[in-house]
Amino acid sequence: MHMADALLSPAVGGAMWAASAGTIAYCARKVRTDLADSRVPLMGVLGAFIFAAQMINFSIPATGSSGHLGGGLLLSVLLGPYAAFLTIASVLVIQALFFADGGLLALGCNIFNLGFFPAFIAYPFVYRQLVGAHQTRARMTMAAIAAAVTGLQLGAFGVVLETVASGQSSLPFSTFVVMMQPIHLAIGVVEGFVTAAVVSFVYRARPELVPSSPGACSAGSRPVRGVLLAFLAMAVLTGGMVSWFASKDPDGLEWAIGKVTGKGELPGPTQGIHGTLAEVQRKTSFLPDYSFRKSGETGKEGAQPAGQGKDKGESRVGTSVSGVLGACITLAVALLVGFLLKKRHQSA
Amino acid sequence: MASIDGALLDFKRLDRLATGDTAIHRLDPRAKVLATLVFVVTVVSFGKYEVTPLVPFLIFPVAMVALGNLPVAYVIKKIALLCPFALVVGIFNPIFDREVLVQIGSLGITGGWLSFASIVMRSILTVGAAIVLVGVTGFPGVCLALERIGMPRVFAVQLLFLYRYIFVLTDEGSRMERARKLRSLGKKMEPGIFGSLVGHLLLRTWQRAERIHMAMLARGFTGEFHTRRDTRFGGRELLFLLGWSTLFIILRFLNLSQLVGSLVTGISP
Repeated sequence: MHMADALLSPAVGGAMWAASAGTIAYCARKVRTDLADSRVPLMGVLGAFIFAAQMINFSIPATGSSGHLGGGLLLSVLLGPYAAFLTIASVLVIQALFFADGGLLALGCNIFNLGFFPAFIAYPFVYRQLVGAHQTRARMTMAAIAAAVTGLQLGAFGVVLETVASGQSSLPFSTFVVMMQPIHLAIGVVEGFVTAAVVSFVYRARPELVPSSPGACSAGSRPVRGVLLAFLAMAVLTGGMVSWFASKDPDGLEWAIGKVTGKGELPGPTQGIHGTLAEVQRKTSFLPDYSFRKSGETGKEGAQPAGQGKDKGESRVGTSVSGVLGACITLAVALLVGFLLKKRHQSA
Repeated sequence: MASIDGALLDFKRLDRLATGDTAIHRLDPRAKVLATLVFVVTVVSFGKYEVTPLVPFLIFPVAMVALGNLPVAYVIKKIALLCPFALVVGIFNPIFDREVLVQIGSLGITGGWLSFASIVMRSILTVGAAIVLVGVTGFPGVCLALERIGMPRVFAVQLLFLYRYIFVLTDEGSRMERARKLRSLGKKMEPGIFGSLVGHLLLRTWQRAERIHMAMLARGFTGEFHTRRDTRFGGRELLFLLGWSTLFIILRFLNLSQLVGSLVTGISP
């Protein structure tokens, strides 16, 4: 479920880049100050391990299909959230560059969806809570499944929000959610089983590698939880807002524009009537334009050929919505980072 | 088994392209990374139904492939795989968006098909840009550029470590999988077996990491990698970056396809 450049708008992509870059910077500081020196090569080599493990497929019983390890939760269990986040992010960078999984602009989204949710939500709030102080194999399996499902559901929801906010896809928000969430429920269960299998194998062979103390995860304390819950609530709220916009306004505008002009982009053969139509478009499409335009954008108008006028109003709604959403996400992440930093100061 | 080895070979081939020594390869990585970012952002900033204005942007990957002396067939093959997720999501556009936007004779093209075509076009351009960037810069170069632009050093070291050990560990993983396959008479892998196989790989990896760390400490590792080719951001880099950025911005606001189209139809209607 890698997000792709082709589905993104610059505002959403940029906002998610900022969010991921901020989290990387924070985790990098955290790892440098907190972790033992020997963890740094360990992180690198474990990243390569995730890569190798992802290439090995296993068959899913009773379905005939095959799956592979995602690895976000496994890394969180072995390394703790900060180092795990950096490791997942580095794996995604390689995937974006060498395997064209997603692309460069979508990298921010992918790091956030596949890194932040497993490492900072699913691991501290689901896995650690369910495993508790005394880990047994059964508890570990249960916790891993629950955490993997949580992480993947949030990640899939992130993909939906980013796609809808970008406005390149015409999929309605609700349809998209109904498509994505159940698929990722199944993937999450499989991921949980496999993660549990690997973790319990390692636990039997070298128990010291699987940290059991909840203290290993400092993000599990209460004040941070409050912030994270607020962040989640905000995400749901903005999601609702976006779905409202996505389902009503652009359709209405498309209808209006379609009705008014009856034409879209003009191909070569119809050039003859191009001039008159362009005049019509120029006159008619100004109204929806101005109502959504920010003052800074007026200058661009003269440079654009009139043929592009038809979807201007529509895309502007898209960019303003995504701008608002992007701002919300960045704000939430900035607040989160600031809060965590402040807390670290207090505890230091 | 064939698929793992195939994927690895593919990966190694792309990695080796960066050892080329053309003028593009010799440019400071920062110029190439920044130009690619400007390219991707510009391409993505187009409206949902715009297809034709995107086409002239192909000049960037094409020029880089040409100047960087990359194997054309290989790059095309890599791009042709595209991004399955984008295509799957995009294919729903024609279903949900049936407003006819373009009329060619009696053939009406709906907004959905237009936006789907736009998504495919964007995929080709953005995927192509990423592959070409690695091909002419190499992964260590991209890391170096990102670090100089402001990426935290810990993350840069992490990326370089990962990159160095990917080849070792994927080889090891594919050997283990091949051994299992040969001993299990082609039976498919169950999740339980997968757990212990991957668990073993993990334990080996862990021990390897400990050995690596001790070896590195013995050689005076202080948390920093030193790279061979020390380039600086000079006049040629500035020219490269500004030249391409200017072109992208011009192409963003000027529909070259349409201009060319009207020119052609105006002359020979």
